[in-house]
Amino acid sequence: MNKLRNFSGKVNLGSTLALTILVGIWSIPTIGLLITSLRLRSEAEISPWWDGFFNPLGTVWSLEAYQNSLSSGMLDSLVNTIAVTVPATILPLMIAANAAYAFTFLNFKGKELFFAILVGLMVIPLQSALIPVLKGMVWFQRTFDIPLTGTYASAWVVHSAFALPLAIYILRNYMLSLPTSLIEAARVDGASYYQIFWKLVLPMSIPAIASFAIFQFLWVWNDYLIAFIFVGEQKSVMTYRLLRMLGQYGEGWQDVAAGSFISLIVPLIVFFALQRYFVRGLTAGAVK
Amino acid sequence: MGDIIFGIFAIIIGIVASYGIYWLLNFLISLLPRKISEKANVFAFLTPALVLLIIVSIIPVIQTAVWSFMEIKGKRSEWVGLQNYAELFSDPNFLGILLNNFLWILVVPAITVTIGTLVAQLSNNVGPRREKIFKSLIFMPMSISFVAASTIWAYLYAYSAPGRPVIGLAQNVIEGFGVTDPVPILQIDDFRINSFLLMAVVVWLQVGYSMVIISAAIKAVPEETIEAARIDGAGPFQVFGRIILPQVWGSIMAVFVTVLILVMKIFDIILAMTRGNFNTSVLAFEWYKRYFENTDTGSASAVVMILVLLITPLVWLQIRTVKHQEMLR
Repeated sequence: MNKLRNFSGKVNLGSTLALTILVGIWSIPTIGLLITSLRLRSEAEISPWWDGFFNPLGTVWSLEAYQNSLSSGMLDSLVNTIAVTVPATILPLMIAANAAYAFTFLNFKGKELFFAILVGLMVIPLQSALIPVLKGMVWFQRTFDIPLTGTYASAWVVHSAFALPLAIYILRNYMLSLPTSLIEAARVDGASYYQIFWKLVLPMSIPAIASFAIFQFLWVWNDYLIAFIFVGEQKSVMTYRLLRMLGQYGEGWQDVAAGSFISLIVPLIVFFALQRYFVRGLTAGAVK
Repeated sequence: MGDIIFGIFAIIIGIVASYGIYWLLNFLISLLPRKISEKANVFAFLTPALVLLIIVSIIPVIQTAVWSFMEIKGKRSEWVGLQNYAELFSDPNFLGILLNNFLWILVVPAITVTIGTLVAQLSNNVGPRREKIFKSLIFMPMSISFVAASTIWAYLYAYSAPGRPVIGLAQNVIEGFGVTDPVPILQIDDFRINSFLLMAVVVWLQVGYSMVIISAAIKAVPEETIEAARIDGAGPFQVFGRIILPQVWGSIMAVFVTVLILVMKIFDIILAMTRGNFNTSVLAFEWYKRYFENTDTGSASAVVMILVLLITPLVWLQIRTVKHQEMLR
């Protein structure tokens, strides 16, 4: 027994060492940019960031880059990103929950076929649909004189549509695990399918909805392509502005760095606060 | 301030309207005679999803397939058969792009899964508190956008012209090896070195995901099987290779396919870091370039259809996994 413990103790130390090195490597890029975002332009230009790391007392630290970044449009972009992300998270979940309910508890013709198409759509690259959708919207706004492109709403619709297959799939899997006897009992008591959905199935599915909501939130918040095509310049989201800043870093790296960290704050908070649900959602999807 | 109020207003309208649609659909169906409404019930829940999927996914994908056989210039469009495809496959640049895609597929999923398995296994031995810290730090990049990840890494790869102070870590390392006046490393396309530098970003982003899934699988391995092997005198490497690995292989493959699909569609990183220059372009970026820069709808559609065709086998794989899981239920 003693021998066994010694043996695992050695493994323990070696593992810790190996992981420390690996985590160190993993953190270098982020630390580099974080330090740069906290320096003055005059310093960031002439000395590399590790000067700040190894000699923290001899470095001038400042929040000037954050101020610059926020006042030159990042604040507007933050608002735009929130306005795109929140509905683009709630809408697909609502639509998917309804559809998953139909797939789980109602019988209808062609159910299997619908479901096969749904699974197929999960993997089809969204690029294969974007140009026709864009052209369709342009045609629609010319014909009916209702602006669609360049508005938040168009991004909500497109994000919702592309989130649906995976959302329906995950929610259906979860709903399959709910006790059917409860739903049958409610049926017998004369509840309509509509009432059963809103009063019984939806509240019971909250764990699955929550974990998918985190995914969808992070996905939309971090998306560039759909925001670029459907929202664009007028209401530019943060990824859009960041990419423009990266293209013209004559302004200096510290502003780009500060901009990146402003765009990272919300996902990081969501991530660290809800990590448990996030991990649960991930493992539910891939591990049987 | 006006923007914020408008934003909140838009959010509320959007959500109320969507709830209203479901209420209305249900109300309309309840007006029908009982016999029909029993059968029509399903449409009250399914219609919005179906309409959205058909209009925004299914029809557009078919439309793209049709356009890939056409030449579209302004208002004029005509059938050209396979000409768009023929042009692509006789273009050496495009063949280089396919090569790049192939390299991405070959390198990224394998490395991601390997490092992920390594971290999952190692962190299993260090006790719960350290495990949590290590895992969080490796997992953290998962929450970052591809664009922000590109800024982080572009800074690492940053090039300073001769005579200017070196601020990029990579350039500093290269000069440390005694190379004087190095070229910008993202421009080195010998052996596709620059593509590998871009792949590093995706590995950095995705290892956390693979670690989480594989770690969950490793923790589900029955303790008795490991204990039995240890008593029989197996060392840590044997325990891992002969006992743990075979039992988590299914999860590893699931992660592999997921990362593979993601890598085939890789786009933002190329756009942000090289704009496809210096032989780093891939299919999804080529699609973007051909439509948004050259406004050539026909050939952009052909590029994306090639991507779809390459991904189709994976769809089949995915459907099979789904069926398999269903059987286990």
